[in-house]
Amino acid sequence: MSDFLPTGIQLTYLVAASLFILGLKKLGSPATARNGNVIAAVGMLLAIVATMLDQHVLNYEMILLGLAIGSAIGAIAAYKVQMTEMPQMVGLLNGLGGLASALVAVAEFWRFLDTGSPVPLDINISMLLDVLIGGVTFTGSFLAFAKLQGLISGSPITFPLQQPFNLLLLGAYVAGSAYLVITPDSLPVFLAVVAVSLVLGVMFVIPIGGGDMPVVISLLNSLSGIAAAAAGFVVMNNMLIIAGALVGASGIILTEIMCKAMNRSLFSVLFSAFGSGGSSAAGGAAAGATDQTVHSIDPEEGAMMLGYARSVVIVPGYGMAVAQAQHSVRELADQLERMGVDVKYAIHPVAGRMPGHMNVLLAEANVPYTQLYDMEDINPQFEQADVALVIGANDVVNPAARSDSNSPIYGMPILEVDRAKHTIVIKRGMSAGFAGVDNELFYKDKTTMLFGSAKDMVSKLVSEVKQL
Amino acid sequence: MTEALIAALFVFVLASFIGFEVINKIPPTLHTPLMSGSNAISGIAVIGAIVAAGERNTNLSVFLGLIAVVLATVNVVGGFLVTDRMLQMFKKKEIKA
Repeated sequence: MSDFLPTGIQLTYLVAASLFILGLKKLGSPATARNGNVIAAVGMLLAIVATMLDQHVLNYEMILLGLAIGSAIGAIAAYKVQMTEMPQMVGLLNGLGGLASALVAVAEFWRFLDTGSPVPLDINISMLLDVLIGGVTFTGSFLAFAKLQGLISGSPITFPLQQPFNLLLLGAYVAGSAYLVITPDSLPVFLAVVAVSLVLGVMFVIPIGGGDMPVVISLLNSLSGIAAAAAGFVVMNNMLIIAGALVGASGIILTEIMCKAMNRSLFSVLFSAFGSGGSSAAGGAAAGATDQTVHSIDPEEGAMMLGYARSVVIVPGYGMAVAQAQHSVRELADQLERMGVDVKYAIHPVAGRMPGHMNVLLAEANVPYTQLYDMEDINPQFEQADVALVIGANDVVNPAARSDSNSPIYGMPILEVDRAKHTIVIKRGMSAGFAGVDNELFYKDKTTMLFGSAKDMVSKLVSEVKQL
Repeated sequence: MTEALIAALFVFVLASFIGFEVINKIPPTLHTPLMSGSNAISGIAVIGAIVAAGERNTNLSVFLGLIAVVLATVNVVGGFLVTDRMLQMFKKKEIKA
């Protein structure tokens, strides 16, 4: 009888783990995704209830209070957040998960210290890894949040001797850990290891530019899973290990997809600040810019080009999202369709600030997802398009990625808008994109510029098109 | 103890492989919901936190455990709800299309 409860808890964990796997599988297809999310949530509920029944858990009232407070905060955040702020939200939640995992290790360390019982070697190593991964996830995610939210500059921050400093930190972590493996009850050294881990998280994200954020967010997502798995090794709980491993794997897959979409290796994203090596190329392009002219038009002309086209491909970028112009864009598309124009949307894999971000934003504006085309599907179609309308996108439509081997973005797959018969670019000014590279697309004969904020310009286009 | 560790390592590695298999080939449209959904799952740390906060004692490890419970719950509840909010928009669109 005394075995009944622990066995029941373990079996419930098994069910919960299966539900997680099933839920993730269903998240992979648009038709079943919502179901999948609910299934995973049920798995989580089961796991939490089972854990509460554990005989070692006596502190119900406080834990229930903690669960209630956390749920309230989480629910409010989930309903208040704007879809444009999704990357920040995921970053923030990631950081909280990482911090929670790290705290599990710290709490466990304190328990060993309090009771004076010896720390087994494997638990000790797991605790140290948990502190490192959880700590890096925590500070790294919060820094990514600050960059995305614009609290600090999104451009890469570098300083002299950055790499040696990082190596020194890593060395300090390894040395501290080695010391703790031999003398597990040294509180000052443990705290030092915690501090070093937190600083490492900051150092990890600080040199990474805003353009690489989709990669960073994916990677931190993966790390938050691995941190949870590490916490699982600390308290020897299979549920944590399985769920953590699943999330770790999914994050790594998304990281790889994002790297491929930018034609960058993970190594170069993490260890070389974007644009630092490309100063000569940027200088060359700027010199070229002076003797090239830009064709600028007003919304009336733009509306005429759009209204009398047979097919229009809209290329939305993050600039559209920042200006909250997605609803006006849909209005424009609807109006054009009413006039018999064939409208498609071309979505670059790294449009936006996290994987798939642009799809969510357009979904929010009720754009049917049958109109959204991935890069591979739309690129062959640009040649048949009369007008490519680029709204707040820059680097992902820069032909230099195809032609200029000196450009820092050379080799990145782009949307080939310059192959369309005409290209209209809506942009605030001539500033460079996140990669800090000048865009030769703007100087082409077939390209016309509409200078202004995305929302303003698109609204003007809508009213002009209506008057045609 | 080592035996338990080996078993745990087996579980970890095999679960990672399942993760890779299950999540491969996800359409770009679902990248963001997948990420926030899996993010919610990483809030499973709440279980470790509950265990850590479980003792009927008022010492530092229980206190840290309780903080971890709150943080991980924010991660779990916020993650699942925001994912549902996003997927709801996709669904509405499907009916319309």
